[in-house]
Amino acid sequence: MASTGNNDSNNGEKEDLGFSSSSITTNETKGKKDWVLLSLRVLSFFATASATIVMALNKQTKNLVVATLGNTPVTATITAKFNQTPAFVFFIIANGNASLHNLVMIAVDLLVPRYDYKGLRLALIAILDMMAMGLASAGDGAATFMSMLGRNGNSHAQWNKICDKIQTYCDRGGAALVASFVGFILLLIITVMSIIKLLKPNRINHVP
Amino acid sequence: MTKSKRVLISIILRLLAFGATVAAMVVMVTSHDSAQAFNLTFTAKYSNDPVFKYFVIAEGIASAYSLIVLLITCSQKSSLWRFILILDLVIAMLLTSSISAAAAIAHVGKKGNSHAGWLPICGQVPKFCDHVSGALVAGFIAPILYLFIVLSSMHSVITHLFL
Repeated sequence: MASTGNNDSNNGEKEDLGFSSSSITTNETKGKKDWVLLSLRVLSFFATASATIVMALNKQTKNLVVATLGNTPVTATITAKFNQTPAFVFFIIANGNASLHNLVMIAVDLLVPRYDYKGLRLALIAILDMMAMGLASAGDGAATFMSMLGRNGNSHAQWNKICDKIQTYCDRGGAALVASFVGFILLLIITVMSIIKLLKPNRINHVP
Repeated sequence: MTKSKRVLISIILRLLAFGATVAAMVVMVTSHDSAQAFNLTFTAKYSNDPVFKYFVIAEGIASAYSLIVLLITCSQKSSLWRFILILDLVIAMLLTSSISAAAAIAHVGKKGNSHAGWLPICGQVPKFCDHVSGALVAGFIAPILYLFIVLSSMHSVITHLFL
């Protein structure tokens, strides 16, 4: 706005001041940033990302003596990696998806201005949270019971336990599992909070 | 969509979910087979494996919950619908984790795991394997139906708030 005279510039200043003060009040009344939800998302991102990375880098190689021919022992090398079991592959995919989802949601929380939430965007966030949580719960369940099978074996099916031979692999897998459980519970709390935000009628509907 | 249509759709979905969970539980509990080898009898039951016990317990909890919520929504206009929405979410997650775990162990039973030295057992007890597969199919439909239930509840919330 080009101001030509004193009066005009005064009016221009007054109008500018008026606009900025009203925008301050609307920012305050339209809700502060939800720091609780944001910090929960950050924690869940760290938990699920660490679960993914620990399980993906989980590898152990061990030499076992299986027989002795004369004087020379015959050794066999066993390698334990995550991609030998489809349950752990799915675990990595599910936790990777959950951590990516948390990252995107953190970015949306920080970058999208608060008064721009049209009616459907909160519903979309709640639905995406629910889908990420569904995948994470499925991955956790499968990996838990597969780990239990590896640790205890199953005498009825003649499946021997393998954790006594590859102790480090089992320990690291257990740590990844614990981290993913923490991430899943945080995701559950986040989803419940997102749905409660959807149910409360004090969000601003931007009428176009 | 009118309110009565929404209630009808929700009741139909919950009835289907109740049917699916009960079917999965019953088929898994009645799965049973035995095989003879070298004068020894191997019996395969669902309770041999903790995963299938967890599956049966989770489906049982979900079916009891479906029945209770069906009775609540049919009998009275309840103000508990927010609480029921959150509980629906929790039960859906329980169902997804149970079916995923059961499918993982059933895959080991069917194909074995050569790296761990675990042989597949489906060749010796085929009837047990078929029964368990049927239970898993029903148990796969149940969390999908619960997902639709949660989505339809959220849809009714959104349209209710916009009207």
